[in-house]
Amino acid sequence: MPDTLTPVLSNTWDAPQSWKLATYEAQGGYAALRTALGMAPDDLITMVKESGLRGRGGAGFPTGMKWSFIPQDNPKPKYLVVNADESEPGTCKDIPLMMASPHTLVEGVIISSYAIRANHAFIYIRGEVLHVVRRVQAAVAEAYAAGHLGKNIHGSGYDLDVVVHTGAGAYICGEETALLEGLEGRRGQPRLRPPFPAVAGLYASPTVINNVESIASVPCIVSNGASWFSSMGTEKSAGMTLYSLSGHVKRPGQYEAPLGITLRELLDVAGGLREGSELKFWTPGGSSTPILTAEHLDVPLDYEGVGAAGSMLGTKALQIFDQTTSVVRVVLRWTEFYKHESCGKCTPCREGTWWLVQTLKRLERGEGQPGDIETLLDLCDNILGRSFCALGDGATSPIASAIKYFREEFEAGMHTPAAELFPYRASTAYAATVSA
Amino acid sequence: MTATNPPEAVETTLSETTWSELREIAARYPEARSGLLPMLHLVQSAQGRVTPEGIEACAEILGITPAEVNGVATFYTMYKRKPVGEYHVGVCTTALCAVMGGDEILARLQDHLGVGNDETTADGKVTLEHIECNAACDYAPVMMVNWEFLDNQTPDSAVQVVDDLRAGRPVTSTRGPRVCTWREAERVLAGFPDGRADEGPSGGPATLAGLAIARERGWTAPTAPELTAPESAQEATDA
Repeated sequence: MPDTLTPVLSNTWDAPQSWKLATYEAQGGYAALRTALGMAPDDLITMVKESGLRGRGGAGFPTGMKWSFIPQDNPKPKYLVVNADESEPGTCKDIPLMMASPHTLVEGVIISSYAIRANHAFIYIRGEVLHVVRRVQAAVAEAYAAGHLGKNIHGSGYDLDVVVHTGAGAYICGEETALLEGLEGRRGQPRLRPPFPAVAGLYASPTVINNVESIASVPCIVSNGASWFSSMGTEKSAGMTLYSLSGHVKRPGQYEAPLGITLRELLDVAGGLREGSELKFWTPGGSSTPILTAEHLDVPLDYEGVGAAGSMLGTKALQIFDQTTSVVRVVLRWTEFYKHESCGKCTPCREGTWWLVQTLKRLERGEGQPGDIETLLDLCDNILGRSFCALGDGATSPIASAIKYFREEFEAGMHTPAAELFPYRASTAYAATVSA
Repeated sequence: MTATNPPEAVETTLSETTWSELREIAARYPEARSGLLPMLHLVQSAQGRVTPEGIEACAEILGITPAEVNGVATFYTMYKRKPVGEYHVGVCTTALCAVMGGDEILARLQDHLGVGNDETTADGKVTLEHIECNAACDYAPVMMVNWEFLDNQTPDSAVQVVDDLRAGRPVTSTRGPRVCTWREAERVLAGFPDGRADEGPSGGPATLAGLAIARERGWTAPTAPELTAPESAQEATDA
């Protein structure tokens, strides 16, 4: 039975200048690269498959299987693209990882590119995180200077170039085909699938797109073996992962633990909610995952456990809200986010999120009209499954789940402003005292 | 370059250097058009916004129409058509930050600076904008200055930050260096490093929260099998 917290990705973050190549190598960094270069690429794919690593960007698709979909008989170049466009509300794990240990990502990029036989890789970082961009740029430059990148890496005959690419402000570019559009210098709007990126991705060539944490998990698998990795976590959700606690908790932050830990266990470790707080609702994996309540404290936070509880593990972004919080207000603000970020390509999402915001605004002001709740649910029904990509689906998750658990608060929105029911000052991080 | 240095003048006409740097960006990619997003960041760095001239330059270098470049420039929120102040101050007002104080911080700054959303103070120093989730929820409420993190803000601390910026006093990111100007930041985003990656810590307290607890309690990931092999071999012999 592994310990409650199992720092692997985060294990070097407290070292002085943890982001430097010298620090990373002093702690064993880039040893996995040398091991990998001595292996056949297909054996690496098998190893990652056997480890049970699943995508850490939200969908949980098996990483090794994704790699194996690349048609190696396709004569076009193969590409690896790292999705470092972390933007899902609540999600804040890739940014600290790249800031503290960009070489974990860069080493993962080299091994993964070698496995899928790509000679060109791209790290697509959202533009709004300047210092993270600096750290990753510097890590890539250091890796070139050390011979970990470039031509004939460590005499293996393998060549790899890595480009650090910055986005320019668009949540939708976290959607993998929209990200490819952005990387091709176009408006970030999703593409129709099929063809899937594995067959026709960047420049219509076979492309693997993986989340930062997924790629950063590859070196430790190569170093320690697939069975070491799967000795952590649960049967179908193997390994350790970064859980991000935020909101009304005593010690918000990054907690690296085996998959399957519960929120109760995590809160226990982190000192619980802030003084006087009671858990009201929370997201297991960002705003696109249906909210849960105190009755779900013992749900195993793995792909299956959260799914069985009616939500999704998503990005393991645990946003915690206490009894001072108006659920109508929070849902409105998430919905405004989706409206703002809707790319406009498809009608259900573009128009639907606009109408959702109008209706929710009324309810927040206490000026809701009879039938508004039904209108919200009807709108959700017309967006979910009818939008071009998952952004529209995600927009409906907080609304439908909040009405399910807190319908009476939406009903109160017909006559009483949310700010009257839940004075907003009490929810702030700097509110002197918390009262029910 | 620090916050107290006078900013370099805006290029009223794109310089030869900027033209060649735009070409340099396009050349980083297997297909030149991939360079468009960073190229537009460079245009903003040179001219303080996305200018018609900058759009024409990108179009000419990439062999596409200005309308195509324009379509891209209007899609992404970081590209600005109006001149941006020396400091872009973004207050996160997505749900969690809003609840934790972001709404109050934004309202207070709008009142204090006398500007609305996406507007710049008359002295040209500060452009204020409400922004969407910036992936720092464990530091809520969060404010960004020229896309550097200013974590765990209060209305008072936020006012202090903008007052310091307007007075030319240095402001340092809670997880990064002393903030540079917006145009200098845009240059880094265009892929021209400023050599300041080593400033600032590896992370803030929230980044290290779980690791610190693991260290206190002696918790670690399982040891790799190679390292435990001799032990299990010993056990096998004993058995």
